[in-house]
Amino acid sequence: MKEKNRGLAVFTFLVFVFLLGPLLIISVTSFEGGSVLKFPIETFSFKWYENIFKVSMFLTTFKTSIIVSLAGNLLALLLGVPAAYALSRFNFKGKAVLNAVFISPILIPGIVLGFTFLRYIVTTYQLPIYAGLFIGHTIIMLPFVIRVVSSSLSTFDFSIEEAAHSLGASKIGTFIQVVLPNIKSGIIAAVMIAFLESFNNVDISVFMTGPGVSTFPIQMLTYVETYFDPTVAAISVLLMIITAFFMFIVERLMGLSYFTKR
Amino acid sequence: MALFTLENISVAYNKQNILQDFNLEIEEGKFISLLGPSGCGKTTTLRLIAGFLESNNGKFLYKGKDYTKVPVNKRNFGFVFQNYALFPHLTIFDNVAFGLRLRKASKSEIEKKVASVLEIVNLSGFEKRYPKELSGGQRQRVAIARALVIEPDLLLFDEPLSNLDANLRENMRIEIRRIQQELGITTVYVSHDQEECFAISDQVAIMNKGIIEQLSDPATIYNYPKTKFVADFIGFKNFIDFEDQKIHENEIELTKSGFTFIVQKNKANTSTDGKTGAIRPDNIVIRPLKESVTAGKNELPGKVKIRTYLGRSYQFIVETPIGDFTINQELLVPYQVGEEVILEFPANNMVLVK
Repeated sequence: MKEKNRGLAVFTFLVFVFLLGPLLIISVTSFEGGSVLKFPIETFSFKWYENIFKVSMFLTTFKTSIIVSLAGNLLALLLGVPAAYALSRFNFKGKAVLNAVFISPILIPGIVLGFTFLRYIVTTYQLPIYAGLFIGHTIIMLPFVIRVVSSSLSTFDFSIEEAAHSLGASKIGTFIQVVLPNIKSGIIAAVMIAFLESFNNVDISVFMTGPGVSTFPIQMLTYVETYFDPTVAAISVLLMIITAFFMFIVERLMGLSYFTKR
Repeated sequence: MALFTLENISVAYNKQNILQDFNLEIEEGKFISLLGPSGCGKTTTLRLIAGFLESNNGKFLYKGKDYTKVPVNKRNFGFVFQNYALFPHLTIFDNVAFGLRLRKASKSEIEKKVASVLEIVNLSGFEKRYPKELSGGQRQRVAIARALVIEPDLLLFDEPLSNLDANLRENMRIEIRRIQQELGITTVYVSHDQEECFAISDQVAIMNKGIIEQLSDPATIYNYPKTKFVADFIGFKNFIDFEDQKIHENEIELTKSGFTFIVQKNKANTSTDGKTGAIRPDNIVIRPLKESVTAGKNELPGKVKIRTYLGRSYQFIVETPIGDFTINQELLVPYQVGEEVILEFPANNMVLVK
């Protein structure tokens, strides 16, 4: 019995090393003083962190990413919250099919989705780059919004809706005054998860970006192609911190059990 | 004139009729219960009155006005739910004030009304708490306060006590009755608990398969059920399907397989269409069979088949030539299984039902 437990402990340890090792190495290398990425570091410095703010393309693309993610997020909410509500509240024909359609952007490989967007949004309809990015990112965020909001609606007692009705509230009034406040934490969690999904996205954006307009992760890729200094490592560390912070809030609001549910 | 009327209401769900040509009239200030087993249509009736459901046919009249198409939020009826349905994100004060705010009441008016209604339900001082901090009984009282504060034209209860434990249930039903009488609000109450309905109602409607089998005051239903279903539902466990009847001046003579029974004419036993006799287990008298005694009128010979102990009394299942009967009797020395007995059916305790 004891022997078996030790084996399991070693295995668990190895999994953690495998998962967290690269993150640790990246974090360490970001503090390298020289101009070449190396591990372990030879001198210690913050200069590559400073360099992030010196490269103007990082700032420009960061703004682009923020705008696309926030605007897409807003649209995904406007579409996703009512959709999640309808899917949870009502029984209708084709509900299972609709559910599957809404989830499909998670299941379809990003590269396939990206190529499809390129084929239609960019080639056929020749939409401007910003519009294309906006549409593409809305579509990849939508399933996350629907999933997270649905899971918070699954514990919602719809009889309080009837209670509000009987007290004189209209249908829309009930939704705003009773339903929304009770799924508030789900909506905030949805916003954060969708934001991270969009902000970190490469495989869709790579097809949608063009001359002059790029997103932050794409700019990172471009940078690595030309320079081999630790700037990207420094960016990675910052992104990790932001992501961890967001996930901490989501965990506080809803619990991460959402990710283990299917 | 009736305060509200359901006229030939039909409701179907998934092509199955739940209510068909349903009629009901309620007078102002009355407390009426809809009582019946699950699936009898009582909740459907209540939800239809509230406006949560639409009928396929028929009319719902309130004070002579057609309310059939009036939406829930324009009806001004108070509804109390089985699971309380309080707003979890609002304090008790805000829960109760919800309906008043929608009615654009002034701040001082809201404060005054909420305070007075919380006093009625004995929850003064709970204003700042949230529903999850209250017990089940307190939550239900908040739900009642929330429904009362809008001064509803009609108060509707959907099994409000079934989530509470037995002691609390008894206290709450007294509370509900007290509040209803104090305020004189016309009330419709749905329950599957017979005792609860009888305890608090002016009138009880026993429902079965989408129709009202009997609508009367509780005592009449309890003593003089009209149909076999009602009799069975309120505890007349024994039934005799008679073959023949003769009507006399003060009594009715009935026969079954050669045995003769006399039933006194009374409030229920006037009609000649009832040919099934019903009697409660408590009202059959069980006597030892002595030799040389044969069963006379209103008597049956039998043999004890099963004996169970109920605490206050014993219950016997007795086999007779015309079927098994259930008898409850308080006895110091009980009859043994297999013992031969005589069953006596007192003439004033048998009721004829359809």
